[in-house]
Amino acid sequence: MLKYLLSRMFYSVALLFGVLFLVFMLLHITGDPVSLMVSRHATPAEIEALRQELGFDRPLLVQFAEFVKNALQGDFGRSFRYRQPAMDLVVQRIPATIELASVALFMAILMGVTIGILGGSNPNTALDSIARGLGLLGQTIPTFWLGLILIIIFSLNLGWFPAYGRETFKFIGLTLPNKSIILPAFALSLFTTGQLARFTRSAVLEVMNEEYVTTARSKGLKKMRIYSRYILKNSAIPLISIIGVQFSYLLSGSIYIETIFSWPGLGNLLAEAVSTRDFFLVQATAFFTSFVVIGLHLVTDIIYMLVDPRIRYR
Amino acid sequence: MNDKDKDNQKYELSGLLIDEQEDRSIRAKLWYLWRLLWRDKSGLIGLTVFLIIVFTATFASQLSPHDPLKQNLHVSRQPPVWVEEGNAEHILGTDNLGRDIFSRIIYGARVSIMVGFLGVSMAFSLGMMIGLIAGYKGGRVDSIIMTLTNMILALPYLVFVVFVAAILGRSLLNVILIFGLTDIPIFVRVTRGEVLRLREEGYIEAAVSIGQKTPAIIFKHIMPNLLGPLITLATFEMSAMIFYEAGLGFLGLSVPPTIPSWGNMLAEGRQYLTVYPWMSIYPGLAIVITGFGMNLFGDWLRDALDPRLRRMKK
Repeated sequence: MLKYLLSRMFYSVALLFGVLFLVFMLLHITGDPVSLMVSRHATPAEIEALRQELGFDRPLLVQFAEFVKNALQGDFGRSFRYRQPAMDLVVQRIPATIELASVALFMAILMGVTIGILGGSNPNTALDSIARGLGLLGQTIPTFWLGLILIIIFSLNLGWFPAYGRETFKFIGLTLPNKSIILPAFALSLFTTGQLARFTRSAVLEVMNEEYVTTARSKGLKKMRIYSRYILKNSAIPLISIIGVQFSYLLSGSIYIETIFSWPGLGNLLAEAVSTRDFFLVQATAFFTSFVVIGLHLVTDIIYMLVDPRIRYR
Repeated sequence: MNDKDKDNQKYELSGLLIDEQEDRSIRAKLWYLWRLLWRDKSGLIGLTVFLIIVFTATFASQLSPHDPLKQNLHVSRQPPVWVEEGNAEHILGTDNLGRDIFSRIIYGARVSIMVGFLGVSMAFSLGMMIGLIAGYKGGRVDSIIMTLTNMILALPYLVFVVFVAAILGRSLLNVILIFGLTDIPIFVRVTRGEVLRLREEGYIEAAVSIGQKTPAIIFKHIMPNLLGPLITLATFEMSAMIFYEAGLGFLGLSVPPTIPSWGNMLAEGRQYLTVYPWMSIYPGLAIVITGFGMNLFGDWLRDALDPRLRRMKK
């Protein structure tokens, strides 16, 4: 168990170095990072000055060594636009994204697992077809379109929710978002809802056919008890890893939703940095998102190991 | 072995021939496939939708009632025909510059199908080759390839695609290259998994023991068996690519704004969301219908060709 844990952690660290390398290389993919950063009207002298200022005139290997050294100290250069260290900007935006992703995940679990259980425990009925259809729909509606449609219906026509922005209220010293989070979180959650509905359905179906469920039935146990003790508990194990993966998807996939709803999170920052060609900020955002995603995968694996004894004793 | 026999073997091994059939001509195989498809209406609907989209993309210039690029400010901002001020001349209305939305959607199918088809073809062929090497060679080659593959798959995909697209700039070729290259790992993983499984099969061992050469084994015995799972994967990946292309377009990172594409239309529509909502509704609907059709067809294909894949793709 300890061996598994150590090798898993070593792998995550190696992966982070891989990400650092990739993030560094991407900026040099075209051969000249400076040309990406300056405006079209810059004179050759200005370009040369910027190249020297940012150290892009040195050998690539030297640059990479310094990049890694700085990155390990959390320094990803300064944002051109905000004239601030890029990592500081990223850190400021994290809470809003985590907040949005968490609410979206909660909604997805609530809807997806319910739909999945209903479909899985009544296979091949009308209810099952509806559940499967909803699951498929969740996977085939792009979030960026859904966001627009939700705004048209619920903000412009019905006026129930604000069309954009994050509005807050104070609650025992905490600043919490009000109903302005509902539309973006719902739009973000739909894909995950579809995934969870599908997986819950097949997990429930699989467990339903296990012999211990048949035994429990033949013993005459109450239906509720069979569900709570046998079916749901055993269906939940494979769901853990899916939920972990989905949460990282929600965190990194929020770029569309945050852009549409002007939600002040990481995705919005990334889209903004890309459109203003603020590449140090893009680098910092990409690295940080990868960091969080890799960390989440690690945590998911550890939880999985604790829950599923088959992995623990390998 | 003549061609006919080879074909028979191909289908037989990919699990299509469940029952023993007397007539082994290609015609009989196709008839069998068709019967399977006819039995499951959802697969048939999916295939029909997909073929319609491909047809539309191919004959866009014949099918579209108007020039998708022609601006006409006299008829700009017209709502769809069923709305009161609508005009039968422009079924889905016109955009802010008076361009016909219906025609633009028809032309937009070209970009989507082209990116999806070429991107998947690239990822398919390269991924299969690398996966074959990894799975068949084994040892150190395998572990290097798989470590790299798993690393890339562990990254937040969308963030990196946005990063690369921002650096390379807007062009159709760039978009195809980005998706074609970044999609290789999933094909590598599935190919390798299948090869590892196939290597244990009796007929491969038999082929090795009678002294068949490695290329012969790979091309005659392993490749035909890979096609089923890989084609299924390709269907899902193509629909995912169409989504991602539209998403990049929505963020202003896909094909140049002069080319009508569903993502570009959504990006333009978003600016006029409050006043001319039809500009965003219908291009998005095209994406939803395409995705829905391809997913239905993919689900059917997966069950028809290889039920085992269900467990492989997470």
